[in-house]
Formats: sequence, C-alpha cells, structure tokens
Amino acid sequence: MKKNIPFLAVEGRSSGYYSLLALLGAFILASLGAFYYMEHHGHYVTGMSNQIVWGMPHVFAVFLIVAASGALNVASISSVFNKKAYKPLARLSGLLSLALLAGGLMILVLDLGRPERLVIAMTYYNLKSIFAWNMLLYNGFFAIVIVYLWTMMQRNLGQYTRIAGTAAFIWRLALTTGTGSIFGFLVARQGYDAAIMAPMFIIMSFAFGLAIFLLVLMASYKWSERPLGDAIFNRLKNLLGVFVAAIMYFVLAYHLTNLYETQHHGFEAFILMDGGIYTQMFWIGQVILGGVIPLIIFYTPALAKSRGLVGFGALLVIIGGLAQLYGIIIGGQAYPMELFPGKEVIETTFADGAIASYAPTLAETLLGLGGVAVALFLVAFCVKIMEFLPASLADKDVDPHYTAS
Amino acid sequence: MTQPVNNTTESTTDLYRRNFLGKTVAAAGIALAPGMLLTEVAHARPAGQAVTSKNRWGMLINTNKCGSGCTECVTACQTENGWGGADNSEQHSNASQQAVWIRKVKLKDKQTNHVQSLPLMCQHCETAPCVDVCPTGASFKRADGVVLVDKHICIGCRYCMMACPYKARSFIHEAIENQKVHAPRGKGTVESCTMCVHRIDKDGTPACVEACNAEGHQAMYFGDLNDSNSVISKELAKNGGQQLRPDLALNTGVRYQGL
Repeated sequence: MKKNIPFLAVEGRSSGYYSLLALLGAFILASLGAFYYMEHHGHYVTGMSNQIVWGMPHVFAVFLIVAASGALNVASISSVFNKKAYKPLARLSGLLSLALLAGGLMILVLDLGRPERLVIAMTYYNLKSIFAWNMLLYNGFFAIVIVYLWTMMQRNLGQYTRIAGTAAFIWRLALTTGTGSIFGFLVARQGYDAAIMAPMFIIMSFAFGLAIFLLVLMASYKWSERPLGDAIFNRLKNLLGVFVAAIMYFVLAYHLTNLYETQHHGFEAFILMDGGIYTQMFWIGQVILGGVIPLIIFYTPALAKSRGLVGFGALLVIIGGLAQLYGIIIGGQAYPMELFPGKEVIETTFADGAIASYAPTLAETLLGLGGVAVALFLVAFCVKIMEFLPASLADKDVDPHYTAS
Repeated sequence: MTQPVNNTTESTTDLYRRNFLGKTVAAAGIALAPGMLLTEVAHARPAGQAVTSKNRWGMLINTNKCGSGCTECVTACQTENGWGGADNSEQHSNASQQAVWIRKVKLKDKQTNHVQSLPLMCQHCETAPCVDVCPTGASFKRADGVVLVDKHICIGCRYCMMACPYKARSFIHEAIENQKVHAPRGKGTVESCTMCVHRIDKDGTPACVEACNAEGHQAMYFGDLNDSNSVISKELAKNGGQQLRPDLALNTGVRYQGL
C-alpha cells in the first residue's frame, strides 16, 4: 500500500486518442459554424422567439454551468472534508469543473444577441442583476479553482490546498445559488419565483457533476489502460445515488408546494399532466430515466456489479438532468404568464394567455453540443500535457483510510 | 418769480425721469415677459438639461372607452416608431419573432362574462424588474419614470424579457432597415415602448394617446402623475385607476380604469 499514488500524464499518442480529439474538434467546429449562422442572419433562424426567449442553447449552458460546480465536489470531499480516498481524484475534479464551466459559458456568450459586446458585461456591472453577480462568480471560480489546482500540483504548496479547497467549495455553493436564482428570482413567471430553486440547483449540480465525473473517469482509465478499483468506483456510484434521490426530494417538495397553492394549479397541470412535450420531459426524462432507473441500477447489487450498467446509469442521470432543465427553462416560458387574474384572454396579437410553442433548430442544438465538446476536449487535452490522473486507482493503491472504514 | 419757474423746471425733469424710467421698465418688461411667460406656460426641457424626478410621466387607459376592434393606437405607434405594419423590415422573422411594442387585448371575465378591450405595452414600472435584472445597465429608467433600453450597451441576453411580467419587450431577430431617427432599433438588441420619449421631451403627447383622441375614443390620457393639477392626476384622484398585476408592487406608470 503506497502512501501517495503518483500522477502521470496520459500518453496520448494512440489513434484512439487522436480520433477522440478529432471527433470533439468536429463538434466544436460545427458549433462555431452554427454560431456564425445564427449571428450572421440573426436569431430568426432559431426556434427562439419573443415568447420563448431562452432555448436549447440555454438548456445546455445552464446544465454545463451547474455540472461544473458539481464536478468540483470530489475535490471538495478530499480537501474540505478530508476524505483521503478522494484525494487522488481531486485534480481531475478541478480540471473537469473548469472545463465544464468554459463550455457552458461559451454557449451563453455565443448565443447573445450582441456577443461582441461581452466587454461591456465584463467592465460594467449592474449589481442588482443576478447575471452581473454570476459574471463575477464565474470569473472568480476560474481564478480560485486554478489556484486550488496549483496548490495541489506544486509540491511545496500542499499546505495551502485545504484553504484553497475551502474557498473553492464556498465559492461553488455561491455560484450555483446564483445560477438557480436566475430563475428563482423571476417574480412574474408561474414556474419560477421559488426560493427552492437555489438549493435545488445545488443538489442538481452535485448529481450532474458527479455523473459526468464518473463517466470521464471510467473512459480515461479504460482508454489509458489504468486500473480503476471497485473501492473508489463504488463510493462514487453510491454517492451519485444519494444525490439523485436528493434531487427527487427537492422536485417533490417544489411540486407539492405548487399543488397546495391554488394559483399554481394551472402550471402544475401543465407540467404534470397536459403539457405534451414538457409533461413527457418531466415523467419520462426527469423522473423515470433520470431518477428511478439510475437508482435501481445503483442500489440493486446484482446490477451495480456491472460497470457498464453503472456507466449507463450515470448517462441517464445526465439525460434526466437535461430533461429537467428543458422543463424548467423552456416549460417555464411556454406556460403563459398570468397577466389578468380572473380573466380569460379572448383576443390578442401576442399570444397572451396561450401556451407558446418551441421547436429547437439544428443550429441551436449544435451550439449546445459544442459546449459539451469544448469541455471534453479541454479535459482530454489537459490530461495529456499535465499530470492530472493518478497512475492507478486499484483498490490496493487507494488510501488505506477507505479500506479501514 | 423764479420759484415757479424752478418748480416747473424741476417737475419737468421729474416727469422726464419718470417717463424714461417707466418706459425703460415697460420695454424691459416687454422684452423679458415672453421668456418668463413661455417658461410658465410650456414645460419643454431645453436640450442638454437632464430630466428630473420632478415629473413622473404616466398614462391612464379607460377600458370602457377603448373601442373593441379599434387598433388606432397600435397603428400610430408603428408609424411613429417604425416597427410592424406594412413596410415592416422584419421580413424573415415569424409572427412570434417580430417586435410588438403595443398590442390590443380583449378579455372576458371568467365569472361575469364581461368583455373588455385594452391596449397593453410597457407599464413603465417605478421598480422595473427589467432594470433590476439587466447586467449591463442597458435597461434603465429615466428620472421622470420612462423605462428605456440603451441599444448601444444592450448585449442581447434577453434576461429583461424573462423578468418582465407584461411581455412588453421584443428581441430583434434580424437586421433592421429604414429606422426612424428618434427610434433606433438593432439586430440582437431588445426594445419596447418608449412612451414616445422623443415627443415628451418636446412637450408632446405619445402617438398612441394622440391617435386614440383623434379617433374620438378619448380612452387614453397622458400626463404628469406628480402634478396634482394635471388632467391625468385629477382623473385618477376622482375615479381611480388600477395597475396590472398590482400584487407585484411595481408601481406602474400606466394605469387602467374599468378593469
């Protein structure tokens, strides 16, 4: 049993590695093409409108930003809560969180009506705007996590890892609170305006980030032919299960509150019963695919033995997460705002009181997938040029603290 | 006998002086009066002078007078500000992507079946959610209560559209041509009713209100909510006026009667 597991950069010379980079690069190019297409013509080439102002790009962007802060969790467990078994994973955790945030922000920026004016948003802050807070939170997150990684990767800075890790942990909670509050603070829309959005987004970040982390870990250890023992794998799997269950609890609390309050009955009926695609996204995407099936896989010993099935479960958590955000972001806009309580709109030229329709175009989806590709490309590239991955995560190499517990 | 002569001379001089002074004052009065009177009569703000919170511009809409099927206010706004209408330059955008600054809405009370018609536009809230959420300060409220978008610093994030309870804002989905000088519009930015701020600044009335009056409906009033002697304030004090979504406590500048 070794005290410290050495970190080694992946060799990255195989045709498989280059194929991976090429594939991700192709997605990135496609997303840049989509960006050019949308910006050149204007947003009329998208499915977005004055009724659905945020569309598919925002589903991907918010997902990646939320997952980014969650991906840092593994590092936090090691540095803040001092669980030694997670220590070898901390570097990858930090790297993945930076990469996911970069991917998410790329989508957000490239979807702006005037992306070339980003410099205005970076130099002037309306401090009452949650977006402005988020810009500070995102930039700060990059800075803090880079310092955190630095303390982990430079030998003589190890003593500062705990401080940097704690700062990053607190910062990431603030960041996801900010992301959730984008929706939580919108007073006028029936589906938002709920303070529970902020803590719910935090628990969502735990699950989405860990699901991506688990898949990235599995892929990189399989492809670099390094051992990944059950000890660490099962810990991560069980933790993911807890997070998935916690999301379901928050979703239950959110909907129960709405179901109790008469003014929200219309919205609940829309999401839970007759909202078409949004109802399907909720029950099939979020609850069954993203919640029930992963929980069954993770906690049925016979099923959980299969790495492939657990990986599939993690993938389902990601799909369920995208479905959940689709429901929150697009479903929340599609349901009409209650402008005239007690009255029915019988004539309007602007779809008042009507459910808005939205069909994402290929360009929007490509832009979203491009953000995912950017994140994965950054990880694949960085694990080659720097020492992010432990040489082995075999049970015998993982910290004895784990085996003792 | 020199005394009377002297007296006469003195009195002549006095008369002359009095006349001179009187005429000078009168002349000065004539010269100054128009300026003073103008300042009294007209409130037009000289260019270069900032607006103040002394005024709070607002509108009052009487839904009982609003003509069902009449869209004069909408047409007038389109003509005035260069959106929508026949020569609409948003040719590629579909109906839900084209800008709408003001729209007519017909409502039916669910309980009583009472039908009403009203124009709906930016409500020019005192505590505007769009202003709160705008990251760059492009969405702003003038001191006189008019809520506007600075098209030069709007980054097109559409957060204001998410926040607006009245769906009053539009995003421009394509390049715009033939804009009005006083109403700049641009692809990738957000816009909404300006309460015809270019007219207000020249002591005018918003185009929609003017059109409604010209049509003889008299359903729309415009004026200074801070001036208790203005027609709008008197009408509001006498007959009241409701906000849309008063529960949101936004203290809107646009009020409705008969809702």
